[in-house]
Amino acid sequence: MFLAHALARLSSALAVLCCLTSLALAQKSGGTLNLIVQPEPQTINLGINRLGPTSFVGSKIYEGLITFTPKLEPKPALAESWSISPDGLTYTFNLRKGVTWHDGKPFTSADALFSFQKFLPAVFFRSKLVLSEAESITAPDEHTIVFKLKAPFPGFMQIFEATGGTIMPAHLYEGVTDFRNAPANQQFIGTGPFKVGEWRRGSFVRLVKNDNYWDKGKPYLKEIYFHIIPDANSRSIAFETGKVDVLRAGDVENFDISRLASEPGVELTEAGWEFLQPIGYLHLNNRRKPFSDVRARQAVAHAIDRKFIIETIFGGFGREINGPFYSSKPYRDASAETKYEFDVEKAKKLLDEAGLKPGPGGIRAEVELVPLPYGEMWQRQAEYVREALGAVGIKANIASVDVAGWSQRLTTFNYDIGHNFLYTFGDASIGINQTYLSVKGDNTGTTGGNVHGYSNAEVDDILVKAAHENDPETRAKLYSRFQQIVTKELPLLWTHEMVFPTVFRKKVRNLTLTGLGTNENFADVWIDQ
Amino acid sequence: MSSGRIQFLLGRLLKSILVLLAVVVLNFTILRLAPGDPALILAGEQGAADAAFVDQIRKDFGLDRSVPEQLAVYIKSLATFDLGLSFRERRPIATIIGERLPATLILTLTAFALSLLIGIPLGALAARRPHGMVDVALTTVSTAFFAMPLFWTGLLAIIFFSVWLNWLPSYGMMTVGAPLSGLAAFLDLVKHLALPASTLALFYISIYLRITRAAVLDVMGSDYVRTARAIGLPPTRIWREHILRNALLPVITFASLQAGHLIGGSIVIETVFAWPGIGRLAFDALLQRDYNLLLSVFFVSSVVVMAFNFLADALYVLVDPRIEAGASA
Repeated sequence: MFLAHALARLSSALAVLCCLTSLALAQKSGGTLNLIVQPEPQTINLGINRLGPTSFVGSKIYEGLITFTPKLEPKPALAESWSISPDGLTYTFNLRKGVTWHDGKPFTSADALFSFQKFLPAVFFRSKLVLSEAESITAPDEHTIVFKLKAPFPGFMQIFEATGGTIMPAHLYEGVTDFRNAPANQQFIGTGPFKVGEWRRGSFVRLVKNDNYWDKGKPYLKEIYFHIIPDANSRSIAFETGKVDVLRAGDVENFDISRLASEPGVELTEAGWEFLQPIGYLHLNNRRKPFSDVRARQAVAHAIDRKFIIETIFGGFGREINGPFYSSKPYRDASAETKYEFDVEKAKKLLDEAGLKPGPGGIRAEVELVPLPYGEMWQRQAEYVREALGAVGIKANIASVDVAGWSQRLTTFNYDIGHNFLYTFGDASIGINQTYLSVKGDNTGTTGGNVHGYSNAEVDDILVKAAHENDPETRAKLYSRFQQIVTKELPLLWTHEMVFPTVFRKKVRNLTLTGLGTNENFADVWIDQ
Repeated sequence: MSSGRIQFLLGRLLKSILVLLAVVVLNFTILRLAPGDPALILAGEQGAADAAFVDQIRKDFGLDRSVPEQLAVYIKSLATFDLGLSFRERRPIATIIGERLPATLILTLTAFALSLLIGIPLGALAARRPHGMVDVALTTVSTAFFAMPLFWTGLLAIIFFSVWLNWLPSYGMMTVGAPLSGLAAFLDLVKHLALPASTLALFYISIYLRITRAAVLDVMGSDYVRTARAIGLPPTRIWREHILRNALLPVITFASLQAGHLIGGSIVIETVFAWPGIGRLAFDALLQRDYNLLLSVFFVSSVVVMAFNFLADALYVLVDPRIEAGASA
């Protein structure tokens, strides 16, 4: 009797539990998320463009083989599992079965093969560079893809997340050779949790739930709107009036963020930039006087109060940095770094030693400063740098440039001091090398490269060796030496580790779960209604 | 129409085409003179590239040819009404402009109509009693709106009507996510249009008010008005037939100038209110050095300006017989 009673209670308790779970699931499902994408992307095809706006929208439509946790451990996406041979030469990915493209066609290893063999290296230089490490790429069966490398390359895993290793639908590109201009690029067919509903140019992009998504029960959201609002003040008002639920870094200026974050029901997170690792740079033109002299470069490091830049100009969003490696980057060695504290007298002494004595008006040298034309904070930073350098006798003239002009000045060495910020990615071999490897000739190609014209044979040697070193201990030694050399020679000045805050309403859950932050696919995001 | 008039109009048409050609060549050249290489920008956005990669991008976009060659290709395609593809979007430019044109026209035509309908009567009202209370009030307020930058007026309007009163939407052209149709959609559009159109109109109202006021005052002091008064014509008739009609001439001249620019949209208003029009399209294209797209926006708007000028000329010919004498002289 007692047992029967207990069983009855247990079963009713179980029933309640079941109801609660399905209720919880039902509560999670549905809802519209309102976001801002800014500026309006030129395309939302992640396979042909990796700029911020495209990555933000496209990462919900397209997928990679893996993604990364905030600690940068790989996490399954289109690949269910993978293995790396002990010699570091063979990477085998087991692809997920039963995945379909948004047009209903099945996803197989042929798509992955097409993406890594043909599409991505033709469109992206970084993909071409890293994929050239592979001797062969093969698909032994419909659900396996194997990369055989020429030499170990431990950073190799880094290129397989959605924004770096976008898997493209091979069936749409049969017979196509000019991938950048292919009409199929306008179709936006991916495997991701969301499909394109409508893109009304100049107004919004609407993504709708992919009902056939491989992760059953997900995504939770019914739809996502990306509002296009070109003015920063109007964006801030759109958030305040509840029209949008999330503001990402750059949507509003940093000095507006604390105010918005303090509103009721609003939260702020700094998470989600672990993979991209953005660093602020002050390029110093190593090929031109006065910064061809290492002492003049060190003087700049002493003359600039980098705490002021973080606290005052970037509204407290930033962290101190003294070398080329972001704090969470593997192989960062703080003990190897030479630090340059803010010290005007030291700066003056170094300039004296470099032969830059004060002339009429106390001026030691006149230099041209090219600011980053990305908004008000960068302009303020340039103005601060001008004042700080003026205090030690370097007269800096701020050039007036737009993005195109800025890019041209930097890539042709036509500047003395250039502001910039760069994503440095997880592994040093992916995000660091091109900024320090010597370049010949006049043009480094891009603003992400060695635009300061630094050249050191030992550094070249270390970076190439470390990129292909399979033994973590040897790698660590090599990278320590690298950090030691460059912090002494200061090819450029690292101003701060950039912190990109995301402001959002508390009802939006699971917004920044992975190291990709808001560039994740949002299958797990739900709205607490 | 007499052969003299036709000859005059044909001459004007030929001139318009020549001017248009000059505008095209000039725009093309000036844009190429600006620093910045679209291929480098595109490569820069990728974070890494080498010379061969940048060359490939140049080739893909036809930037590997010499500038005169590019110009020749461009003019040739224009002659066949082919605006080409946008560098950045890789979509036909005619489609891109077509998507934005309705938004711009709705905004600028509404503002145009509002500024005429409000500015002219207010100008006349101000002129009725120069330096009276009404005149001083109107002139002061209009000077203030004329002097205030558009973006500032716009932001104040947003804060007042959208944030404080919550009457009107602050951005966009429609309620995003609300599938409206018919009358509801139209009313939604009107609500969204209210702030941007009136902000833009406020600026032009000030201009029309001042032009009308000055012109009316000018005409009021002329001999024939004095004569009309002297012979005892009723004041309303003097107003209607002698003063206003003549005072409108400079207003019409300015209005035709403004009409020519309607298609260019307003970059500032379109930016502040997130209005998806041509002005913003051109601005974005400039920043990204999307030469093809930018040139086409310029081209289309110069065609419209030329068309309006030609239309004005044609009207003059119909109205004013002296033009023919001028043409044959």
